[in-house]
Amino acid sequence: MNQWKNFNKGFFRENAVFVLFLGLCPTLGVTTSVINGVGMGLATTFVLLMSNIVVTLIKNFIPDKVRIPSFIIIIASFVTIVELLMQAYLPGLFDELGLFIPLIVVNCLVLGRAEAFASKNSFLSSVTDGLGMGFGFTMALFFLGGVREILGSGSFLGFKFIPGDGILLFILAPGAFIALGYLIMIMNKINKKTT
Amino acid sequence: MNFIIIIISAIFVNNIVLAKFLGVCPFIGVSNRVETSIGMTGAVTFVMVISTIVTYLLQHYILIPFGISFMQTITFILVIAALVQMVEIMLKKVSPVLYQALGIFLPLITTNCAVLGVAILAVQNDYNLIESVVFSIANAIGFGMALLLFSGIREQLELVDIPQPMKGVPIAFIVAGLLAMAFMGFAGIV
Repeated sequence: MNQWKNFNKGFFRENAVFVLFLGLCPTLGVTTSVINGVGMGLATTFVLLMSNIVVTLIKNFIPDKVRIPSFIIIIASFVTIVELLMQAYLPGLFDELGLFIPLIVVNCLVLGRAEAFASKNSFLSSVTDGLGMGFGFTMALFFLGGVREILGSGSFLGFKFIPGDGILLFILAPGAFIALGYLIMIMNKINKKTT
Repeated sequence: MNFIIIIISAIFVNNIVLAKFLGVCPFIGVSNRVETSIGMTGAVTFVMVISTIVTYLLQHYILIPFGISFMQTITFILVIAALVQMVEIMLKKVSPVLYQALGIFLPLITTNCAVLGVAILAVQNDYNLIESVVFSIANAIGFGMALLLFSGIREQLELVDIPQPMKGVPIAFIVAGLLAMAFMGFAGIV
């Protein structure tokens, strides 16, 4: 029960994008389509989960003063692994996401969870926390990618159901900000009702 | 001529925050007051320019000759983290006034994706050392300009009556979207 609560907090109550406002740069940058958003979300989830596991396992050996640089090295190693794997097996997605793959290192969400959660909690809760936060982040990217793809190019997951171009603005930069603004507003409304 | 194109493109056409989505976290986080955004801009400019120089030298004199460019991400983020730490210590000694002013913003810069982003972009675009420096300064100016404009608007927004769920961050995003739309007008310049 406790682990389940720990897992599902990442979706609504403490959603990284909609409530905590962490990891906004990749959220806005890669969500021109659903596929890109979900790909980015899963890559971040992998890094988040692995770094949470490693941090929680070695938390007793890291001197307190150098913990942030140590966390950054751990995260950077897993980001490099993701980068190389993606380049080898998913070159198309790798080109689409481009600069934002190495930038997972500076995603405040990953470092934030390592510092605020994994370095203080047990192995099992760190795993569920990493998975929950990661999937919550992926869900946010899925919604934003969905809204932008449907409005911007009239398609969903590459399947086109509205002929023509759609509202081009939503594929471009301003649309990302505006769509995310409205999504956060809806989320605020929902969260207020449940509490 | 080349420099002018780099500068205009980095400040207006491909503005780092509004077109490339780098450094959005501090853009939303610290833009409540004009003074804090000035502090943030100062700290970012400082770190961004120095880290671009150091990472350029590392990339071309260590990573490429030894064939270990896959270590790029790890090396660059370490350089930035170390630099931020060093700048903090140096400022404390050399200019306590500036240190007081920048204060809490310095540690935040490590996780500012704009700094790492500019360092990687300068390498990807095959700039030489001087071009990299110009590129990083121009990007810092672009970041500062977007941040200042935005915080100016947000200070005014506090006085406006908006629907309850829209208050705070959602309206800030919509304002950022409108600002980004304005910057799209520069698209034809370069």
